[in-house]
Amino acid sequence: MTATVALPRVAARPAPLLSGYRFELVKLFAQWRIRLLLLACWIAPAGFVAVVSQQNSLPTDTIFGRWMNATGWAGSLVVLSFSCTWALPLLTSLVAGDVFAVEDRLGTWRHLVVAVRSPRRIFVAKALASLSVMLLLVIGLATSSIVGGLAAVGDRPLVGLDGQLLGPADAAANVLLAWACVLAPTLVFAAVGLLGSVALGRSPMGLLMPALLAFLLQIAQLLPLPVAVRLALPSNAFLTWRGLFTEPAQQGPLLIGLAVSVAWALTATTLAYRLFLRRDFTDLGYERSGRRVVVGGVLPLAALVALTVAVLAASTPVNGSGIERTKLQAVLATSFAHLYRLQTDELNRPAVTEAQLRTAASCDKGGDLVTDEGPGNDWRCVVSWHLPGATAVGTAVYQLDVTADGRYVADGDGPKEVNGYFPVRTATGDAPNPLWQFDGLVDLLAGTSKG
Amino acid sequence: MDGTPVAVRARGITKCFGEVVALDGVDFDVTAGQIHGLVGPNGAGKTTLLGLLLGLAVADAGTLEILGAPVGRRLAVSDGVAGFVDGPGLYPSLTARQNLAALAALRGSGGARAADVDDALAQVGLTDVAADRVRGFSLGMRQRLGLAAALLTRPRLLVLDEPANGLDPAGKRHVHGVLTGLADEGTAIVLSSHRMDDLAVLCAEVTILATGRVVFAGPVSKLAAESGELDYRLLTSNPANAQRVAAQTPGLHLVSAAEPGGQRDAEALVVRGAGPALDELVVRLVDAGVAVRELAPVVPPLEAAFLALTDTGIRAGQDDEEDRR
Repeated sequence: MTATVALPRVAARPAPLLSGYRFELVKLFAQWRIRLLLLACWIAPAGFVAVVSQQNSLPTDTIFGRWMNATGWAGSLVVLSFSCTWALPLLTSLVAGDVFAVEDRLGTWRHLVVAVRSPRRIFVAKALASLSVMLLLVIGLATSSIVGGLAAVGDRPLVGLDGQLLGPADAAANVLLAWACVLAPTLVFAAVGLLGSVALGRSPMGLLMPALLAFLLQIAQLLPLPVAVRLALPSNAFLTWRGLFTEPAQQGPLLIGLAVSVAWALTATTLAYRLFLRRDFTDLGYERSGRRVVVGGVLPLAALVALTVAVLAASTPVNGSGIERTKLQAVLATSFAHLYRLQTDELNRPAVTEAQLRTAASCDKGGDLVTDEGPGNDWRCVVSWHLPGATAVGTAVYQLDVTADGRYVADGDGPKEVNGYFPVRTATGDAPNPLWQFDGLVDLLAGTSKG
Repeated sequence: MDGTPVAVRARGITKCFGEVVALDGVDFDVTAGQIHGLVGPNGAGKTTLLGLLLGLAVADAGTLEILGAPVGRRLAVSDGVAGFVDGPGLYPSLTARQNLAALAALRGSGGARAADVDDALAQVGLTDVAADRVRGFSLGMRQRLGLAAALLTRPRLLVLDEPANGLDPAGKRHVHGVLTGLADEGTAIVLSSHRMDDLAVLCAEVTILATGRVVFAGPVSKLAAESGELDYRLLTSNPANAQRVAAQTPGLHLVSAAEPGGQRDAEALVVRGAGPALDELVVRLVDAGVAVRELAPVVPPLEAAFLALTDTGIRAGQDDEEDRR
């Protein structure tokens, strides 16, 4: 017969969070895939920006692309724009989307639970570790692209999205702030990656969830959605950093984008956390479950979108697409005035101010049969301005391609000495004509003003 | 009362997964310094019981005491408990030393140091490959590294699931030596295995589970004794005469001349009977001038008892969802 003897103990204390966090980092950095990503993010952007900046053919389809050989700061913004479209969602897929699933594949959950002794701490450590790696990747993209641009082109002023010239210091601050702003939507995709990784176990679908979400949101953003719906999408903050490059900055969409991102990140992380804690770690057969994904992830996030749309619809003054004739006229006239001054400097003409120019624009979309609102490439605008001491009013025509997210590309249509040709003839030779083609941004949230 | 501390005392443990009853009123006792075998067919509930001991799951009913303290209703790994279920759970992209060092760090409390890691690696004979990535390890090496990970925490209760899986004879002998050494130092070891020969060598007591219930618990010797009549393979100098003598021996039955694997051996007989009947057979064969070349159980006694108790023949082939737990 035996006897129970009271031995010291029982329930062991969980492993320190810092130890768990370090262990997760060690595991992540031991993966060749992560090391390759780090290498790519810290080297490739510099090479890309340095090479492209020296080319005659610039990526003018990408915002700020047309200024890549004019300032070193534009290259970083091109990389940022590309990253927001594809790179960041894919990076989150590969890092956060796999951080839980890898334990399923290796069959190490039981080992980890026994070692750490707290599923909560395992979750927190994994989430923090994957976010740390993501942060390192984003910092790499930003640093590398900035270094590449500055080395190849130099620290020169940057033309903003309203034609305003930003000095190097302001450009630097805005570029860094823009990179910081996209951390919020990156967190969203990282959180969705965690959710997919937790909900789908070893299934590769968990890995693909952020990429799949990004793809769906990309499609949605191409549609002429009402402003409230557009702003409620978690990927909107991947675009709203562009508002930093207007004067005044378009803070409304930016702040809403950040708030929506934070709400999504918190919700998705909480859902992943709850799913994780409910998991049965003795069940080796933990496989993907469509029901678990729908009930535990898709439905709550869809409800969040609906709630956000309702709140934004009730609290914002704008209905429809947010792209209206009067707003477009105002931003086009402003941009033209700023860029006219830039052209004046290039051509060594007598200096003028924006106030003296009294620029105005008159826009029409698709002729009389079409309502003058919404995105489209059928906007035609006539810009007029006054020169000091001259009685004649100058006019220039632009074809505008306005996209649903508020960005527009103005393509000069004459007269040729103002905006009809790409180069202008300066005292030192031909130089790019700033009025020929330029990018601009309509504040979707701004109230209608008579212009 | 012998005063030996109890490492595990389970009473009426029940655990269900949905409608599947994995454990049904299980009693389970392990004393300090004992190597206790846990056997059962697939789906018997072994892994679930090991999971409860490791704190991976909580029982739905019953009481469980580990190392003298009751286990509550929350997931919690008891201090002093280590081991693994369904493989040692290693990270292939890390080296052997990195795997152990990470585990040591997770244990915290300043416990294991680099020297402890090296010591654990040395105990299982993996010093030479400490800097190699686990990706290149054989199954046996992984098993040994898993054992090293468990040893690192200096456990008082070691829970192991098929630790000899994939080991060559030398590796198995080495692991057996480590386990018996730990038991000698007072560590209680719960050893789940399908290798009856391993259990017979290592374990003082075994618990046999079948469909979530205990069908036997006690010393291995008692289990072997309970096996009753066994089948024996008989090789003689004159099979025809031997068959005639066997047929006339009281208490003995001729079964067939087929080998367990199905291969027929014309020279061999298979007879079934208890010890006294076999003794009588040998005497009669000698009297008849038939030389006995071999008389050995077709199935070892422990395995025979296991098969009889768990009714494995009936269950064979059944899809066993529960066993994955």
